[in-house]
Amino acid sequence: MSYFNQDITKLHAALTSGQLTAAALTHATFEDIKRIDPEVDAFLTLNEEAAKAAAAAVDAAGINADQPLAGVPVGIKDNIVTKGLKTTAASKILNNFVPVYDATVVEKLQAAGAIIAGKLNLDEFAMGSSTENSAFKTTKNAWDHTRVPGGSSGGSAAAVASGQLPMALGTDTGGSIRQPAAFNGIVGLKPTYGRVSRWGVIAFASSLDVVGSLTRTVRDAALTLNVIAGHDDKDATTAALAVPDYTAKLGASIKGMKIALPEEYLGEGVDPKVAAQVQKAADQFRALGATVDTVSLPHTKYAVPAYYIIASSEASSNLQRFDGIRYGFRAKDVKNLEDVYVRSRSEGFGPEVKRRIMLGTFSLSAGFYDAYFKKAAQVRTLIARDFEQVFANYDLIIGPTTPTPAFKIGAKVTDPLTMYMNDILTIPVNLAGLPALSVPAGLVDGLPVGLQLIGKQFDEQTLLQAADAFEQATGYQDAIPGGAN
Amino acid sequence: MNFETTIGLEVHVELKTKSKMYSPTPVSYGAAPNVNTNVIDWGFPGTLPTINRGAYSYGIMVALALHADITRHTHFDRKNYFYPDNPKAYQITQSETPLATNGYVEIEVGGKKKRIGIHELHVEEDAGKNSHEDDGYSYVDLNRQGTPLVEIVSEPDIATPEEAYQYLEQLRQIVQFTGASDVKMEEGSMRVDTNLSVRPIGQDGFGTKTEIKNLNSFNHVRDGLAFEQKRQIQLLMAGGAVRQETRRWDPAKKETILMRVKEGADDYRYFPEPDLPPVFVSQQWIDEVKAKLPEAPAKRRARYVKDWGIPAYDAGVLTLTMEMANFFEATVAAGADPKQASNWLMGEVSGYLNAEHLELKDVALTPAHLAGMINLIADGTISSKIAKKVFQEIIKEDVDPKAWVEEKGLVQLSDPAKLTPIIDDILDNNAQSIDDFKNGKSRAIGFLVGQIMKQTHGKANPKVVNTILMTEIKKR
Repeated sequence: MSYFNQDITKLHAALTSGQLTAAALTHATFEDIKRIDPEVDAFLTLNEEAAKAAAAAVDAAGINADQPLAGVPVGIKDNIVTKGLKTTAASKILNNFVPVYDATVVEKLQAAGAIIAGKLNLDEFAMGSSTENSAFKTTKNAWDHTRVPGGSSGGSAAAVASGQLPMALGTDTGGSIRQPAAFNGIVGLKPTYGRVSRWGVIAFASSLDVVGSLTRTVRDAALTLNVIAGHDDKDATTAALAVPDYTAKLGASIKGMKIALPEEYLGEGVDPKVAAQVQKAADQFRALGATVDTVSLPHTKYAVPAYYIIASSEASSNLQRFDGIRYGFRAKDVKNLEDVYVRSRSEGFGPEVKRRIMLGTFSLSAGFYDAYFKKAAQVRTLIARDFEQVFANYDLIIGPTTPTPAFKIGAKVTDPLTMYMNDILTIPVNLAGLPALSVPAGLVDGLPVGLQLIGKQFDEQTLLQAADAFEQATGYQDAIPGGAN
Repeated sequence: MNFETTIGLEVHVELKTKSKMYSPTPVSYGAAPNVNTNVIDWGFPGTLPTINRGAYSYGIMVALALHADITRHTHFDRKNYFYPDNPKAYQITQSETPLATNGYVEIEVGGKKKRIGIHELHVEEDAGKNSHEDDGYSYVDLNRQGTPLVEIVSEPDIATPEEAYQYLEQLRQIVQFTGASDVKMEEGSMRVDTNLSVRPIGQDGFGTKTEIKNLNSFNHVRDGLAFEQKRQIQLLMAGGAVRQETRRWDPAKKETILMRVKEGADDYRYFPEPDLPPVFVSQQWIDEVKAKLPEAPAKRRARYVKDWGIPAYDAGVLTLTMEMANFFEATVAAGADPKQASNWLMGEVSGYLNAEHLELKDVALTPAHLAGMINLIADGTISSKIAKKVFQEIIKEDVDPKAWVEEKGLVQLSDPAKLTPIIDDILDNNAQSIDDFKNGKSRAIGFLVGQIMKQTHGKANPKVVNTILMTEIKKR
């Protein structure tokens, strides 16, 4: 029996009604993974033995109605540390790294009874938009195995979209949850910066990194956020705000909701067929009783260069700890200390990571700091202000998640700038620290596209409410690779 | 050609907190390597720093004691560099918005007072320690990694090695009296780097400076600076040029030795620490720290002189360390005469501590016991000769001096009814001495007193003995 393509909500119903045990579900999940994943390449490490033991423990304890994730198998992006379970960030420099502690989000999932099925592929250190930058394998798009799944949470998105798991955690620094969710026709939620703890998340860009979920439905995203959100004493950048019930507003009418559609999000570079899906979505919102007005976010065009300076600068510093001294890969036959550093890092990091380390190191260097890092920080403030002005009058912003559907594997690897521009619609949100979600918005040429919804800071509830209303009205999420569910 | 010297000092002071600056690991000395560490101190992937507010409060305390202006809106910065004792490959410090700016220390050299400006103070984390062993390996101990430090950067206001010495002595004292640090050079809780340059008098710009590192005592700082001053002047007089260098002081050879030549400024690529939110230091926070700030040594000295008539020099000695000053004040509070308390502390107590290489905290002596002993002398219960015996006891054992002298029968014999028969007896047996005295040989009295003391095992009160003796001799 396979529970292929089920969502958390349905699995929970089966688990609590006694139709299904966590042990049986976990067993079936690994059967599915072994059947499907050789084609998709989403997993880097399986956690089969520990998962089965955890499932037996959940069955023994019993599953309550208020534990929607109990007994549910989930996947973890491999830049989130798991105690005793290899964590690589898809980099050779950590190819044998087994953490001695759990990330806060992993602890929270386990406390909620979720079963950790394994670790999922990504672009090395989450730097990329296609998972082609993984040191180990390229994950395939669940809809078309010749196309990229997006990135950097490509493994998480493909695992969920191909039916292997109902939920996987991802991280989003410039669109790394939303873009692969859009490319795979599923729901990707990037919460507000500071809503979810980063303790145990291998840092790419500390001021931008956010942990979120990839799920089949908006409700599952809300259920997951209920578990992972909250202040953490170990992460000084988490907000000391109470965690509401994120499912509370699901199903409520969005009549009178004021939605803004920025003209910049449908401009040059956006596939007209994608733009047409967004216009259709706007009409759908109007049909549901919301208003949708065109607005302007004038500094959008500066977001990509500002992002690549800020993110790369922070990364250049964050990745210095991978020096071959205490853990991870160390080059062989080294002669002296400098040799340990230079050779371990030269051999351990892939080309995209090196490119960003160099870009960031340059941007922070004496004589260039003011022109690059400082200027980019100023641009960031302007972008945040653009959003504030729109949110003074609107509840929500919508637009496409990506300019195009998933591209072919290999199509952009030789042209980093084109690859970077693919994130133009998601990056401004990270710079402003806002919550955003990608929800399926139909198919273009047989491939899924995503509608991006952007909310006010810490107002994930409105975001989820609107996305849920849209999802319920359209049924786009029912489309799955190879035919309807 | 005449030269003038410009000296600036950078002083690192370890703050006496229970836990580290950015991690909850305990701070301690002398633990086995890497015992007091956790994943944060190891710089493990995914770890994040948190701010030790207690350490920051100590920083504010030191800044207030140095009359500096506290920065209200501040953030931390990363200083990036690779080294095995620096596990994150960056140090979390404050570069753009230091904890405080614009302080000063007042020194006195050759009877003249001078203010040495403090450019800034900032908090940061210490690095671990590398050691290179004979087996060909280098080892890293991260116990010290993350220990809170405050770095105190002086203005280049110091003109001589002696001024540098005085500045350090005053700085050490002021910081020590806040209780925020042990400030011990020998234990590394105070570390000094120096910058020195010389220039012909009248030249506008500063000369090229050299830095001296690894200085283990204030004397080494003074000697190193003096050597460096002379070396630079000789170099310039010979037509040479000073290179920007880092040097170290070799106390055996009594010279500074080149460590490395600095080619341009190091590029640490400072930028704001994204893992820590900015810190706002409220007036309430400052007021809370201010309320806890102990009285500064200069104020204590003035009070000792004014209220208790202690000579200025003695007041200076009593305030060399907070422990001594606190002990002195507690002894006075326990009822001792201030002048006597000062004499004992500067004399017998300091003598004992120096001889035994101990500190006040290492001995059994308490202010109450010292005051008790001083009062036993004052009320005639014991002689100052017996007091020395008592002192040897109460410095080693936690015993009440009064109870102890009674138990040991060391109480002075002052009762004339008991002393008179003894004295009469001595006089009866020493008629010759009485004659001698009456014939003007005053030394005879000394002999008689000696006999009385011998008879009473030294317990007779000399004053009373003298009075009775005179009366009894006159009767004969």
